[in-house]
Amino acid sequence: MSAQEKMHVDRYERNWMVASAILLVLFATAVSIAAFGMGIQVPAPEQRVDPRTVASDPNSPWSNPGIREVVAGEKYDVYILAKTWQYLPAEISIPAGASVTFYVTSMDVQHGFKIQDTNVNFQVVPGQVSKLTVKFTKAGTYNFICTEYCGAAHAAMAGKIVVSP
Amino acid sequence: MSTQAYEITPKDKNFIGWHLAVAIIALAIGSLFGPLQAFEHAGWDLYKYLNPLIKSYYQGLTLHGVLNALVWTTFFITGFLTFTVIYGFKRPLKYPTLNLIGFLLMVVGLVLAAIPILLNEATVLFTFYPPMKANWAFYVGLTLVVVGSWVEGWGFFYTYAAWRKENPGVRTPFIAFGSIITMLLWQIATIGIAVDMLTMLIPWSLGLLPGVDPQLSRTYFWFTGHPLVYFWLLPAYISWYAMLPKQVGGKMFSDSLARFAFWLFLILSVPLGFHHQYVDPGVPPAWKFIHAMLTFSVFFPSMLTAFTVVASLEYGARQNGGKGMFGWMRALPWSNPSVAAQLLAGLLFFFGGIGGLANASYNVNLVLHNTAFVPGHFHLTVGTGVTLTFIGISYWLIPYLTGKKLWQPKWAVAQAWLWFVGMIIFSNSMHILGLLGAPRRTPLNLAPYIPAEWNSRLFQVGIGGAILFVSGAIYLTVVAATFWSKQPATEKVEVPVAEALQDPALGPAWLDRWTPWVVATLALIVLAYGPMLFDLIKNIALTSPGFRVW
Ligand code: HEM
Ligand SMILES: [Cu+2]
Repeated sequence: MSAQEKMHVDRYERNWMVASAILLVLFATAVSIAAFGMGIQVPAPEQRVDPRTVASDPNSPWSNPGIREVVAGEKYDVYILAKTWQYLPAEISIPAGASVTFYVTSMDVQHGFKIQDTNVNFQVVPGQVSKLTVKFTKAGTYNFICTEYCGAAHAAMAGKIVVSP
Repeated sequence: MSTQAYEITPKDKNFIGWHLAVAIIALAIGSLFGPLQAFEHAGWDLYKYLNPLIKSYYQGLTLHGVLNALVWTTFFITGFLTFTVIYGFKRPLKYPTLNLIGFLLMVVGLVLAAIPILLNEATVLFTFYPPMKANWAFYVGLTLVVVGSWVEGWGFFYTYAAWRKENPGVRTPFIAFGSIITMLLWQIATIGIAVDMLTMLIPWSLGLLPGVDPQLSRTYFWFTGHPLVYFWLLPAYISWYAMLPKQVGGKMFSDSLARFAFWLFLILSVPLGFHHQYVDPGVPPAWKFIHAMLTFSVFFPSMLTAFTVVASLEYGARQNGGKGMFGWMRALPWSNPSVAAQLLAGLLFFFGGIGGLANASYNVNLVLHNTAFVPGHFHLTVGTGVTLTFIGISYWLIPYLTGKKLWQPKWAVAQAWLWFVGMIIFSNSMHILGLLGAPRRTPLNLAPYIPAEWNSRLFQVGIGGAILFVSGAIYLTVVAATFWSKQPATEKVEVPVAEALQDPALGPAWLDRWTPWVVATLALIVLAYGPMLFDLIKNIALTSPGFRVW
């Protein structure tokens, strides 16, 4: 009886399984190279804030959101406050070639933050700070848009980054 | 496996029928909004005519998501699984009253949740992310739907135990085996949402808690949210693995591998929910990466499924004289609407799976998260792979339950093809729009940032929606005309249950043991979720009061 109690696997099916496993390893490798070799990373926990006071507390950078120069022409930090249904500030100017780190939080519901034509795209969750860095090499105007439903005027929630040459 | 006919009692047929009735009504109302959303994207705003009944795009989208993704699926599945449990075990339910109570709880929950949605007091979409705050009845209602489905599941488990006592040493019949795994998966998966509802959302909505922790709530939600898709999918797989082969005149290619795949789905479907949270601020990248790798591993049982299902179909087609490398496909009974619907569903599902791999790919998600690519993807999976399969099942199940002849099978075949064509146009343009940067959950017609190059794609979304609308209308017509027809079936509807090529009794016994698999499932969940959940709960901050922002 136990001799018969084996899993019957057809030859083609076995080949198919092997091929699937190889494909899997390839996908995992590609993603890992992109993440750890090329440094294309997803957001990491930055800090926690109190959404009830984050916009009013004078010690909170989001009580005075906007751009901070770290190294002129090269490095900037940008603090953005998301609220229904706007971003503060809604317009940012930076020089081309600068590397910009965005710190975004919400004082009310969840929002999204996606800068078109870049890899910056994250969820904005009240109580948390979302952070990603991007280098703007090409001059132009980049829209940033809300990608999470946040109420009646969600579709209108957007801002722009003007990258000057 | 003996497949001699077993008769289900009229009372049980009636009970199953009620599940389908609620499901199909939900699909009818829910799907109505799909084309409206598609038309909005194309620039044809019909919402102004719905006022004051439906006050906004978002209220309609809430109805669309809740009724299609939650209600249509859950009611169809509990009904279909009641059938596969009874028919698979060839015995009635052990405690029919228990199952009835479960069903009634689901109905009460549905009504309770529907009232605030219809009154525009719960326009929070089907994901109800806090701190957007709906009326309490919405949360309590959805919770009751889940609890009711648990109770129905317990009824299945008791029935299985009773069958086991009567049939010691016999292999669990495949369709019943798949049904029990589906329900087990559901019970484990819904723990996340249950904890979310009971410890945060319901007390908060009743004013007993000052606030919620949105990041923790998202984590609970996706603990359930991802395996939810396997709860939708496994019943479709039961049909593809074990019923469709019979309908095409074939056999199940590999019973053992089918069972193995079901076990893998049970083990692998929960511990990877962070792939919905790749771009969340409060989850460390290391955990996201681990879940990404676990997500890839589900690719394996999916490929097994693809092989076994296609091999079974090919076997059937060759029995019927099919020839050639691909030519055998023409020998499949395409004129049978149940077959046509499921074949087309499976075909589009395959492409949905490929898109899913893109979503799952960790940093690739930076480009896709919350763009139109995502609804483009899941209309191929749940919106077609699952929905069109369930429609296909209903083309034999409704005649079986009612004893009526299916009204105009040709129309039913046309319905399946229209869904297929409409969905290709709709979904293709949604995928492309997403890659161009179009957000989801957004009435794009009102957005200030739409470049002109999107317009032709937005137009195609509308065209796809229109074709899908026609398909949906034909489906409802066929169902209604069958149900109210005075024409009894000329011949008895045969329940399609395929035999396996190899006697399942010869399959390995470890495929029919439950404890090791369940222990492995729970252990993997604890490993993959335990540390992160512990951390989030330890640092819980109920600092978000509720907002009504619609
Ligand atoms: C009748 C054909 C259908 C059409 C034309 C259609 C159209 C759409 C569109 C355009 C959206 C995107 C709305 C947005 O992101 O702003 C959407 C969302 C959605 N659809 Fe469909 N749909 C259809 C059928 C279905 C079916 C059958 C299901 C599931 C069984 C389904 C499930 C969903 C879900 C879960 C969402 C997401 C809702 C959300 O983001 O909150 N749809 N649909
Ligand atoms: Cu927003």
